[in-house]
Amino acid sequence: MFEYFANWLVFQIFGLSPESNLGESVHFFVMDITKIFFMLATIIYIMGLFRSFVSPEKVRAYVQGKSKFLARILAIILGAVTPFCSCSSVPLFIGFVEAGIPLGVTFSFLIASPMINEIAVVMLLGIVGWKITALYVASGLIVAFFGGILIEQFKPEKWVEDYVWKIQMGEAPQIEQDNSLSARNRYAISEVKEIVGRIWKWVILGVGLGAWFHGFFPQDWASSLGDANNILAVPMAVLIGIPLYSNAVGVIPLAEAMLIKGVAIGTTLSFMMSIAAISLPELLILRKVIKWQALALFAGIVTVSIIIVGWFFNLIV
Amino acid sequence: MIEVKVLGTGCANCKTTQKLIEDVTSENGIEINLEKVEDMAKIMSYGIMSTPGVIVDGKVAHAGGIPDKKTILSWFKSSCCPGDDHCC
Repeated sequence: MFEYFANWLVFQIFGLSPESNLGESVHFFVMDITKIFFMLATIIYIMGLFRSFVSPEKVRAYVQGKSKFLARILAIILGAVTPFCSCSSVPLFIGFVEAGIPLGVTFSFLIASPMINEIAVVMLLGIVGWKITALYVASGLIVAFFGGILIEQFKPEKWVEDYVWKIQMGEAPQIEQDNSLSARNRYAISEVKEIVGRIWKWVILGVGLGAWFHGFFPQDWASSLGDANNILAVPMAVLIGIPLYSNAVGVIPLAEAMLIKGVAIGTTLSFMMSIAAISLPELLILRKVIKWQALALFAGIVTVSIIIVGWFFNLIV
Repeated sequence: MIEVKVLGTGCANCKTTQKLIEDVTSENGIEINLEKVEDMAKIMSYGIMSTPGVIVDGKVAHAGGIPDKKTILSWFKSSCCPGDDHCC
């Protein structure tokens, strides 16, 4: 369907030749853009409907009082399916602490939430196919699970700001909620509008970059990162990825180009994860509730876990 | 006069929400007294964990994300013309 549309637009309306480089690039661009926007709208809508049923307040109630193992699994799953605006991470953190949910579980949640989100999944599905998408999601879950456990070993409670412990969550009566399907539908549509309105530029930029890299990805990078046996490739990719702050949207076309140029899959996954999971602005927001030692530990452990996952995938794929 | 509180630490979504509430109420001639709450302890005291949150007359009307205009209006329904669901 998307290919027909791209064929029609590029070759018939624009009159470009399918054989020319430009024709091929533009064709690729049009096809990817239409496909991705279509999938984005669909998935965000479905997630919006879903989210009208699951709020962080409910998540907290679910996780509270469960055994640590179960709590962690729940927290990660919920973190993966419910992307929160980063400005919510502070009240979220406090709410979890106040509920007596172990800090390690909260960290698992904080790792899973930015790393696995619907937009990243759509872009991956659209661009690199379901296998790598599944691998990406699986590695995200693994990093969140073990990252949280590792952080726990350092007893991070001592690094939580004092005032956090003192905050008491209250309860206020709820206004009568419109729980009809049409209200949920409205909510989901407003989510689509809001999110697509916010990221469309990045999608176009990302796909454009990807199309560009199709022909022009620096061969030196590819060959130095390309060898799966080069043990330094993964840490290098992660170190490059951490300071890059981008939503997954801008990164995935780049990842696609890396794969096409022969960069190993583990290296590429690590690169993407490091960009998505560790972002300076988000870390700085968390500084309001935890001391810098805990931030450094959080960043360090996530980095190391991502590197290990990258090595692992390079070994097995 | 209806007391409305927007809870949030000053992120973009919170500002958008506040603006939307101001727009909707002034378009419909609803008089409100809007207050911004940025203190984390106060925000949490309403039992919400996702910002922006909206409190209308002491009740939680909304938490997390930007509400759409129709939803915002529904919070004030009873006060603009009681008993008539179709007026708004």
